[in-house]
Amino acid sequence: MKAAPFEYTRAQDLATALEHLAQYGAEAKLIAGGQSLVPMMAMRLVRPTWLVDIYRLAELRQISNTDQAVVIGAAVRQRELQDNAQRLGQLPLVADALPWVGHQQTRNRGTVGGSLVHADPSAELPLTFLTLGGSALVQSRGQAARRIAAVDFFQGAMFTAVADDECLVSTEWPIHNTQRTGTAFEETSIRHGDFAMASACCLLSLNEQGQISDLRLGVGGVDSIPLAFPELARQWLGQTPGSASFKALAHAVSAQLDPHSDVHVQAPFRRHLASVLLERVLNQAAERARAAG
Amino acid sequence: MNPLHSPPQSTPQATLHPIELQVNGQSRRCHVEPRTTLVDLLRDQLALTGTHVGCEHGVCGACSVLLDGEPVRSCCVFAVQVEGQAVTTVEGLAPARDQLSRIQDAFCEKHALQCGYCTPGMLIACQALLNKHPRPTEAQVREAISGNLCRCTGYQQIVDAVMHATSSQVASHG
Repeated sequence: MKAAPFEYTRAQDLATALEHLAQYGAEAKLIAGGQSLVPMMAMRLVRPTWLVDIYRLAELRQISNTDQAVVIGAAVRQRELQDNAQRLGQLPLVADALPWVGHQQTRNRGTVGGSLVHADPSAELPLTFLTLGGSALVQSRGQAARRIAAVDFFQGAMFTAVADDECLVSTEWPIHNTQRTGTAFEETSIRHGDFAMASACCLLSLNEQGQISDLRLGVGGVDSIPLAFPELARQWLGQTPGSASFKALAHAVSAQLDPHSDVHVQAPFRRHLASVLLERVLNQAAERARAAG
Repeated sequence: MNPLHSPPQSTPQATLHPIELQVNGQSRRCHVEPRTTLVDLLRDQLALTGTHVGCEHGVCGACSVLLDGEPVRSCCVFAVQVEGQAVTTVEGLAPARDQLSRIQDAFCEKHALQCGYCTPGMLIACQALLNKHPRPTEAQVREAISGNLCRCTGYQQIVDAVMHATSSQVASHG
């Protein structure tokens, strides 16, 4: 399997990359780590006329902080983030998720932004991005950068709110109070590093009385986009964590799912998997939250 | 942005790009079509056929090489992207001609291969691990080779080989 012929240019800066996108429109694709794009081109699912390489752009490779968030440049390697203990301490859910993202060979090259714009329904970083309530900064030629909330970012399988002439510049990942806060990430796949049949993640905070003061839940791999459940989670605020209560919550979430069937998993089993994984992450996050008190 | 575009109207010309890269410590200059993957450059133009090409879409790990010291899949990297970077292939692991590296020797010792197809990628993945963790735990070894498929060994002999290569007894022989 070889990619169809295409033209290649390495952008010297972001402005040049945006210029290329404006010029070539839908016939151009940005490439960074290429860990999803190159296989898709090899299988000829994608046949761009132009590839515009933004992998080495220093302006897309910064990691910084605001008061409430970690700001990650679009071309920061997944491995760089995984090796960055300070950021991982601020984003424990991302720290939980990263070991599930592909393998070391793909994390060495794959980028955080690339995973988000590729928007695979079973991918881990989009799921955590949505669950934490992040936001993305995108830019096109001659326009002010615009911000897209995670909840609006994913629009379908491999389909996002980023337009053909726009480039993802950076993403903001909210830092949640790490005192009495626990997180967990779980997924099931055919083999480690393969596409998730279902995945679930959770961030849970406790108040001084040991009641749930913040709860975020996400489920991936069951629908065309990652899913979060803020309304259901809100109903559990003020409760004391307990396995019976979490079982009920996991059932309530899985009842809202509309899972698909594929060659590996039938829809009812996928719903069951999601429920089991949710129960696990809820219990684990609560345990960690108590330990972090 | 929906990546599933229909085929483009205009057919791109096969422009050749000059690139320079370090391969196993030697500077190499080549001309590549943009669509040439790193593994095809290594095997077809540079005649380094030690790196195997398996699935060609990033699943099997047979084509793993070190790029600036880190393991990557060379089928999922276009050669034109690695201009100026350093590549180490399985041919570059041994200290000298007619010698084996410690990890290669341990693969022989522990019968860590049968058909040998996955071996170059396995050796690269294991060497990358040893470069970071000279005395890895068995769990670290299993994690390090989790991106590489082997259909012969069941992985156990490969794990044994890495543990053997890093045991204090073998290590003390340098």
